[in-house]
Amino acid sequence: METKQIKLSIDGVEVSVADGISILDAAKKINVHIPTLCHHEDLCVAGNCRICVVEVEGQRSLSASCATPAHEGMVIKTNTAKVRKARRDVAALLVSEHNTQCTTCYRSMNCELQAIASEYNVDNNIYLSVLKPNIQIDKSSWSIEKDDSKCIRCQRCVRTCAELQHVNALTVAHKGEHMKISTFLDLPMNEVVCTNCGQCINRCPTGALTERRYFDDLWEAIDDPTKHVVMNTAPSVRVALGEMLGYPVGTRVTGKMVAAMKKIGMDSVLDTDFTADLTIIEEGTELLGRLKKALVDKDPTVKLPMMTSCSPGWIKFIEHMYPEHLGHLSTCKSPQQMFGALAKTYYAEKKGIDPKDIVSVAIMPCAAKKYEANRPEMKSSGYQDVDAGLTTRELGFMIKQAGIDFRHLEDAQYDSFMGESTGAAVIFGATGGVMEAALRTAYEIVTGREVPFKNLNITPVRGTEGIKAASIKVENCVEEWKFLEGAELNVAVAHGLKNARIIMDQIAAGESPYHFIEVMACPGGCIGGGGQPIPTNEEIRKKRIAAIYEEDAGMSKRKSHENEEVIAMYKEYLGEPNGHKSHELLHTHYRKRNRY
Amino acid sequence: MAEVQELVTRLTKQFGCERESLLPILQDYVEEKRYLSKEAMVEIARQLDLSAADVYGTASFYSFLDTEERGEYVIRVCKSIIAEMKGKKEILRTLEDLLKVKVGGTTSCKKFTLLETNDIGWSDKEPSMLINDVPFTDLTPDKVIKIIAEYRKK
Repeated sequence: METKQIKLSIDGVEVSVADGISILDAAKKINVHIPTLCHHEDLCVAGNCRICVVEVEGQRSLSASCATPAHEGMVIKTNTAKVRKARRDVAALLVSEHNTQCTTCYRSMNCELQAIASEYNVDNNIYLSVLKPNIQIDKSSWSIEKDDSKCIRCQRCVRTCAELQHVNALTVAHKGEHMKISTFLDLPMNEVVCTNCGQCINRCPTGALTERRYFDDLWEAIDDPTKHVVMNTAPSVRVALGEMLGYPVGTRVTGKMVAAMKKIGMDSVLDTDFTADLTIIEEGTELLGRLKKALVDKDPTVKLPMMTSCSPGWIKFIEHMYPEHLGHLSTCKSPQQMFGALAKTYYAEKKGIDPKDIVSVAIMPCAAKKYEANRPEMKSSGYQDVDAGLTTRELGFMIKQAGIDFRHLEDAQYDSFMGESTGAAVIFGATGGVMEAALRTAYEIVTGREVPFKNLNITPVRGTEGIKAASIKVENCVEEWKFLEGAELNVAVAHGLKNARIIMDQIAAGESPYHFIEVMACPGGCIGGGGQPIPTNEEIRKKRIAAIYEEDAGMSKRKSHENEEVIAMYKEYLGEPNGHKSHELLHTHYRKRNRY
Repeated sequence: MAEVQELVTRLTKQFGCERESLLPILQDYVEEKRYLSKEAMVEIARQLDLSAADVYGTASFYSFLDTEERGEYVIRVCKSIIAEMKGKKEILRTLEDLLKVKVGGTTSCKKFTLLETNDIGWSDKEPSMLINDVPFTDLTPDKVIKIIAEYRKK
């Protein structure tokens, strides 16, 4: 069905748009910029901040352009004295309630309120500061800090938590001047259902929600000559870090990133992709094991579908919301935690370093990884396996603090060992990537042949569709896996916890048609993670995803089971996949959590 | 806990489990129990398949849906400007002396909670107060002493 087109005039320019879109979107079409604060492309319309007001001919009061549909024949003016004064007043009122210590703010120069206040040159003397005194910053969470003194109550975080994640850890409480963004009973963030996904951080226009920073601790470790700092970087960091350093969205900066970290003074720069490949071996073996138990041994206790466990936001979500279904999760730790456990055992032994002197640091696109690193059960090495999880943003800051001329760095290679990786590991960074990597390996183990997709690109599980499903027929199996002959392997991929909930409700109802499901907590997967550069929107996420697949296509090896260093590690150290040593170091357990 | 669950179950049977059932459930719960405890909000959230934060956010918007512990009788003294002019301060002082609590407090026997409220519609008969749903007007300290004595006997 064709949408009806309507015509209107914006600042004297005729524009033809689809019926039903907002004045704001109509203006975008002809490159007329209208400032926004509460508006976000990923979220529903709120219309509460009023910074986007415009004049509509024939109407006495101004209209919020984000919340007003364009109508046939409308005459809009976006740049009149009345509009400019109103916007400036709105900005000034918001500033009057805001903690304006911008020089000490983590979001300085990346703050939407600061940008608008500066654009309209808000005079501090228009309105007296009515900032509430003694607002305490909530630093209870390992992952997220909440500073209400910087909150403009646009409610983007509340909408993010509700609409994208279906978690609703945040709400609007009280009214009038007492209105605030609150948790249940205003409890500290670490006591509520917050999954630490950090999507609220990515959509906060100011510094009210930020990740808890660990770079000062890391600098201290780097400066300490008795410490051996081992760093590993997640797949999606390399396609987003550039945005922090002036590159266009979607630029891959892998080589320069590695070079920068070496210059910063890390003792060893390694790749989380190494343990992503390892995850595929462990998780793939676990899946095939579960299928065998279900199909051959007819064991009724086997939980299918099996679900991936790489995304710590997703793990905490299911622990809070569906604790009775934890058995569906793979017991595999995430690549970050596998890496940490191995850094202080296998790596330490091989290098002859006392594990107590190793500081293991993970650079992640993620806020939830910080919490994951601090889970009490993550001490397989006898020490805290991962000492600190930093975000892509924090790494960007560290590179700036170190005064590194990033653009002119020569590309460098990851150190060895635990630095080798394949294309299958890189795609862990995008929604569908873990599934694709798992299928590339599992199919080959079972049939002895490569997956039947052109260039190994399993396109049905790619893309930004909320839930993707695919079916793969398994034929001509090798002897050991003959019981799977002719079987149809049904898989699904979900990203964004809203979609995870749909998948879980199917499982809870006993109606899930799948054998294996990948879930990533963040929209778009890790490339859209809560630790990635701000801003985010669909277009940005798509460009980062494209960069991830480019990186994969350029790798010489693209299947996890071909990673030589992983193969060597099994031979020298781990024994066999899902073996005794693996279970000790690479697998974990989950627990039920409260529902508020 | 079992009692909370029972009451919430009764209310969800009466009003349904839709989003729009939330407010009547909260109102009736408060009418019976005077306030919404943490357990009550968690249970209502569970039965309505909402988040507890959502329930709290909604309740906290309304002055009469208390989320802090309240006594059996909630006394709300009108704090309008007219009440102020007609001697509300004295009424409040009398109540504080009688009950041995400050505004916002609950007596240790959990019988009374003393609060202030915005205008309750008795501007021609200030000072006024509500005890649960019952209004008392044209108050004097003597009248207050008698009223509280009556309630103590209940």
